[in-house]
Amino acid sequence: MILNILIPAGVVGVMGAIFGAILAYASKKFHVDKDPKIDEIVEVLPGANCGGCGYAGCSALAEAVVAGESPVNGCPVGGSEVAKKVAAIMGVDAGEDIRKYAYVKCAGQRNLCKNKYEYYGGLDCKEASITFGGDKACAYGCLGYGTCVKACQFGAISIVDGIAVIDSDKCTSCGACIKVCPRNVIELRIDTDSVAALCNNKEKGKAVKSICDVGCIGCGICAKNCPSEAITMDKETNLPVIDMKKCQNCGVCVSKCPQNVIHSKTNAKEDDSADKNVVNE
Amino acid sequence: MSGFVNIVLIVLAAVFVNNYVLSQFLGICPFLGVSKKVDTAVGMGLAVVFVMALASAVTYLIQIFILNKLNLAYLQTIVFILVIAALVQFVEMFLQKASPTLYQSLGVYLPLITTNCAVLGVAITNIDRGYNLIETIFNGVGGALGFTLSIVLFAGIRERMELADIPECLKGFPIAMISAGLMALAFLGFQGLIQL
Repeated sequence: MILNILIPAGVVGVMGAIFGAILAYASKKFHVDKDPKIDEIVEVLPGANCGGCGYAGCSALAEAVVAGESPVNGCPVGGSEVAKKVAAIMGVDAGEDIRKYAYVKCAGQRNLCKNKYEYYGGLDCKEASITFGGDKACAYGCLGYGTCVKACQFGAISIVDGIAVIDSDKCTSCGACIKVCPRNVIELRIDTDSVAALCNNKEKGKAVKSICDVGCIGCGICAKNCPSEAITMDKETNLPVIDMKKCQNCGVCVSKCPQNVIHSKTNAKEDDSADKNVVNE
Repeated sequence: MSGFVNIVLIVLAAVFVNNYVLSQFLGICPFLGVSKKVDTAVGMGLAVVFVMALASAVTYLIQIFILNKLNLAYLQTIVFILVIAALVQFVEMFLQKASPTLYQSLGVYLPLITTNCAVLGVAITNIDRGYNLIETIFNGVGGALGFTLSIVLFAGIRERMELADIPECLKGFPIAMISAGLMALAFLGFQGLIQL
């Protein structure tokens, strides 16, 4: 009787053992020599698999780096730290570090910028922009319903007074917010630029002035007053373009701008509170 | 009936009449899971063809030379599952070494097939019908081609459904289930076409 149990148990056990042995042998025999660098690079990458580098994930980027298809600083999230580590693994120089971060080109808070109508729909910029291009009178500004907040995997975006604000310390420049924003009001800029024109309105001065207290009217005072000639006015968009290579961050443009469009990152908080006080009074 | 005609009939019967997905309702999981895009459906289908043909042959040999000899036919299910799982693992390793391009294109579908009940279904059907080795292999290939046919057709339908105006409550899997049922009804038309 006992054999009725032992034989099948033995047969299945032996078969399992044989298959196990074959698989163990096969895993050695058919072992594919992966470059150990790939695993090392995967180790130092952030592991968020955000796809900000343009590859399917961190391991795909690692393979591309080892294959020489991607530069060692290909990971926008890790920035210079990760680039240095990857460069050390690859045995090359990390090269010039150009870290970028996203910023919202709009400071038109709800009390500063007029509304076209009362919006009672869902809290989503895309949804809001379907109905007559959004409730904001300005067709270019940030709607502030937080579509980018949901898109950000790193918790860098918050809505402050109806405008999306990006924490540059947390921003990894993966570009997820830029892709989802229906207003195209988010841009990447170089970390070193501390002066930024926070307006995206491409209309002429009068049209801007009638709807927004902090909109760029395209007067060009910033360009004329800049001592290092870093600012030029874009004729098509009526917006200033700041050349960060020339900018000395002197702050002249910030103080000269009649609409308080140009903000300086270093003293941004003071500026904001000052602006608000002026408007509220 | 000559051998060649017999094999053609077996393949046709496995593809249309006894389609494993739509007539016998085996392998529904990958049928619903991997049928969102035609490309991936084709990849899955090819992987199934490969594994089913191999698994049919190996399980047949194990049934004849081990289980039948030892009077252990009742162990069929558990042994076949063991064999198929090990086989798929082995094939995956082998492909990774021998043909990286094929490995890349089959991708994640190979391990998925480990638990595809259509593969086990084919292996058991082969034994039940008393096929010989050649017939077994062709039944495996036919069954897999039938699976490929149905999953590719279904993926095509689902791609079009993406654009269709479907009632909110039926979006996603409900409408997929309904269309799978309608496809099964259509395949019912092949019933009785070939008597084996």
